[in-house]
Amino acid sequence: MTPLTHIRSRTVVLPTRDIDTDQIIPARFLTSTSKEGFGEKLFHDLRYDTDGNPIEDFVINTVAATECRVLVAGNNFGCGSSREHAPWALTDFGFQAVISTEIADIFRNNSLKNGLLPIVVDEQIHDWLLSHPGADVEIDVAHSTLTFDNGRQVTYPIDAFARYCLLEGIDQLGFLQQHSDAIVEFERRYE
Amino acid sequence: MPTLFENVWNQHVVVAETANTPAVLYIDLHLIHEVTTPQAFSLLRSLNLSVRRTDRTLATMDHSTPTTPVSSFKDLAVVGESAVKQITVMEQNCADFGIELHGFNSAHRGIVHVIGPELGATQPGKTIVCGDSHTSTHGAFGALAFGIGTTEVGHVLATQCLLQRKPKTLGVDITGALPPGVFAKDVILALIGEIGVDGGTGHVIEYRGDTIAAMDMDERMTVCNMSIEAGARAGMIAPDDTTYQYLHGRPKVPKGADWDAAVTRWRTLPGDDSARFDRHVTIDAAQLKPKVTFGTNPGMVIGIDEAVPQANDTSEQKALDYMQLSAGQAMSEAPVDVVFVGSCTNSRLSDLELAADILRGRKVAPGVRMLVVPGSQQIKKDAEARGLDQVFAAAGAEWRESGCSMCLGMNGDTVASGKLSVSTSNRNFEGRQGIGARTVLASPATAAASAITGHVADPRPFLRDDV
Repeated sequence: MTPLTHIRSRTVVLPTRDIDTDQIIPARFLTSTSKEGFGEKLFHDLRYDTDGNPIEDFVINTVAATECRVLVAGNNFGCGSSREHAPWALTDFGFQAVISTEIADIFRNNSLKNGLLPIVVDEQIHDWLLSHPGADVEIDVAHSTLTFDNGRQVTYPIDAFARYCLLEGIDQLGFLQQHSDAIVEFERRYE
Repeated sequence: MPTLFENVWNQHVVVAETANTPAVLYIDLHLIHEVTTPQAFSLLRSLNLSVRRTDRTLATMDHSTPTTPVSSFKDLAVVGESAVKQITVMEQNCADFGIELHGFNSAHRGIVHVIGPELGATQPGKTIVCGDSHTSTHGAFGALAFGIGTTEVGHVLATQCLLQRKPKTLGVDITGALPPGVFAKDVILALIGEIGVDGGTGHVIEYRGDTIAAMDMDERMTVCNMSIEAGARAGMIAPDDTTYQYLHGRPKVPKGADWDAAVTRWRTLPGDDSARFDRHVTIDAAQLKPKVTFGTNPGMVIGIDEAVPQANDTSEQKALDYMQLSAGQAMSEAPVDVVFVGSCTNSRLSDLELAADILRGRKVAPGVRMLVVPGSQQIKKDAEARGLDQVFAAAGAEWRESGCSMCLGMNGDTVASGKLSVSTSNRNFEGRQGIGARTVLASPATAAASAITGHVADPRPFLRDDV
């Protein structure tokens, strides 16, 4: 995983509440056996018409969106299925952070393992972000801060270990493997 | 006094969590299926790692698999080149890494959350994970069971452990006798309607109370299955004699003196009345009506005889527009195109019996397509032994092979765009059952009644005396 330390980007705003993982990547695309190429399927059924042509006014299809690294979504983003294809699709498209007032548990776990930073903000900040699509934001991962171009800065909550892994680009499997003696000892006691 | 969840959690901590590091949690049972594992096996291969505990890993194929009726498994035609590859890759991975696979030739093949309990692999006090959010189903046995992503599937394959922060607890007390026509599905839909699709985020739910105690295991699984639909990490029910009776004699449970020892151990798992939850919710089951969804998430729930409510914001209006429903409209006015009885929520024998009881001697309305998809090949066999397949066939419903099928439409079983489906599955998300498909979630009874009438229908007029 590539270390993630700073993000500076304009935002893309999808204000709908409860965007589920079926919206992010429909199930019919999950027959792939690789992690590659999901970006073009991101938000597929919202993004393309039934003939497969891009829907021009859908925000993800705008030229500006392709350069944005930060997605601002309505409350409770990523609910539903455990498919890791959802963060794979978002990162393959180019997103590095998702901001909402709430982010579903499994989606959050999956995101953190793929260099996608889930950020939870309060309703006031969220409302401002929703009403200012394209706002310039800067994210400092080490300090867990989100800074707006008007100078306002807020901190967001993040698990210390998850932050460390993002900053260092660490694969958590390596951390688990360091505990192999403890796992052997646990199994001896437990079984 | 710890809660059931805390007891199970504490017994599986390999390395305790600190402010800077999560706990290392031991996993007793890792269920795997074809959709969320190929990339994890690729990782193992690239790192030259083996599966640490093949004896704690159990595989099946359910999502991409066809459910078209066939006389022999060799005739099953998988839909789509990539699905064929995914299934082939799964067979190869299980063979190469030495994992027990219930594939096309196994009499135990079925939906992963149906066969785990059926084989007795699901047991009280176990930690159970699967790359599938409906792993919460297994919590019905007093297991701590939750869905994980593919990266974590790789972690468990390689180390039999997961890095986890301890979730909070949410106690849900459900009391009162269920009125006629109200079933486990209606109870869990009522809860999700009450607390919302994010009401359980960050929490493990424990369902308690006399309504839960009176439920059989099939019903408890239906309740726990949809915990994730309230955003919860998992749902659990304390094991009791109902649990032990269900498990006794199943292939993977301990035998003889080991069984007695296991039951003695399992009896120590539940918390008592002094157990404290971080949050608490109560549901009066005696007041419930049959429930249906009217929107595009499982929290948009109303009683079957209620009108579609006003949209409170643009997201809700978008949902109503997608569903082609208007505020004030009675749900019973909505014409039905498809009825699906199946999925890890409601595809067990008692679900099929409930639907069959309503359909017996009646016909599926003209123009309605009804699919009945058993949760496993074993359930299919048991249902056929009871003649349920004949009841469905006589009514004009399709009787299929087992699998996830039309719950998420990965295998070719889909609902056409714009069509309305009354489904016993768990998610009414936009496009879940097919592009543009409109889904109404309901119990098997409501689904069967809707099939007969051709519109979203109250099951109560169709109940037999013995139901």
